[in-house]
Amino acid sequence: MAEKKKLLERAGDSRLWRSIFRGGGIPRSRRQRMMAVLNSVFLHLHPVKLPKHAVKLKFTWCMGGLSFFIFLILTISGILLMFYYRPTIEYAYTDIVDLGEQVPFGIMREIHRWGAHAMIITVWLHMFRVFMTGSYKPPREFNWAVGVILLFLTLLLSFTGYLLPWDQLAIWAITVGSNMARATPFLGSEGPGAALLAIGDINFITSSSDVRFALIGGRFMGEATLLRFYVLHCIGLPFIIMIFMAVHFWRIRKDGGISTPV
Amino acid sequence: MSDPIQKPTVTKPLGPRPPSVLNKMDKKEGLGRRSFISWLSVGWLAFTAATAGFFTMMLRFFFPNVLFEPVQYFRAGFPEDYQIGEVDLRWKAKFGVWMVRNGEGIYALSTVCTHLGCTPNWLSSEKKFKCPCHGSGFRVSGVNFEGPAPRPLERYRILLAEDGQIIVDKSIKYQQEKGQWSDPEAFLKV
Repeated sequence: MAEKKKLLERAGDSRLWRSIFRGGGIPRSRRQRMMAVLNSVFLHLHPVKLPKHAVKLKFTWCMGGLSFFIFLILTISGILLMFYYRPTIEYAYTDIVDLGEQVPFGIMREIHRWGAHAMIITVWLHMFRVFMTGSYKPPREFNWAVGVILLFLTLLLSFTGYLLPWDQLAIWAITVGSNMARATPFLGSEGPGAALLAIGDINFITSSSDVRFALIGGRFMGEATLLRFYVLHCIGLPFIIMIFMAVHFWRIRKDGGISTPV
Repeated sequence: MSDPIQKPTVTKPLGPRPPSVLNKMDKKEGLGRRSFISWLSVGWLAFTAATAGFFTMMLRFFFPNVLFEPVQYFRAGFPEDYQIGEVDLRWKAKFGVWMVRNGEGIYALSTVCTHLGCTPNWLSSEKKFKCPCHGSGFRVSGVNFEGPAPRPLERYRILLAEDGQIIVDKSIKYQQEKGQWSDPEAFLKV
């Protein structure tokens, strides 16, 4: 045991270790441990230390951490699904069936699906906990706003993922959902103010040029819609949500760590 | 040299210099303060314009010029193909149209529910269109009478071609609440 520790210490002092982990060496003092956290691009998003009572499960419910954990599971399982799923009208539904019945570990798609449901629940419960403990109050009010954006992005990820199986439930749910975009003020063809954006008889906001048209890539649900939602679901929204998540975690540290029970 | 007090202080008058001095400075140093700032402004303006241009391109990119969608214009056979008093379902799946013939003529009814866009079913025993999504109901005329639908179903432009076949043009819609059902092309008199 003593021999092993020595080996670890030797590794910690090596040039290789010091070139990878800034500051170098195995952290021994309180200050070195703090610096180890601050010098790591991943760890520095977290607070260096926390009051013991602030991380009690009774207080935090661990819902923020669970949301992030589920997000990681969804990212990994989602990337795996992308190896089989083809976002075309011809193949989308049969590929989903194939993923469930023929591909090894057919549970992978179910992990992604149930994970998505679970993340919605944990994100809402996290929001509820933060509200009930008053953790949105200054200096954390901006982080609450970031959190609301994250909730919105989570719901959009769910919405875009819903279409991808291309079954009746998916098609009609997105038909209903995207029809609401018609009523967008000014930008939707049936929304308030859309008629104002016109010169004489020429309307600029029609069903062929409004925000719904851009969202679904046409006037009706079809191939273009499936592809657009696929790109948004796999690339666009995850990219945006990761930026906001980084800010969200970093602000927890900057705003004084997890709030403490009153 | 080491003592700052000994240093010669600024003797030139402050404020704008005569243009002749500026021109000399420009020639001497290549780029004077004023021309540097004006070039900087030009640079920033060009950068802003290029960025704005690219974002405009990005926005326009999402509005395709050619749509690979089903045609909006089709021949629906001859008026004799349709029974009086019947709701004809033959174009429902392909074009989203119910052809309805009554004693006076034929109209082409849109199968898109005016609530949120689902497709209602024709219940012939109850003589109504019933939407499975949220329960909106429409009479055979297309007028809504139950459920959340806020307005009647839309009718499409319908006319006779030279060969006597019916043409349905889905690109033009007629809405009852706007009084458009009285338009001559909203209803084909037979």
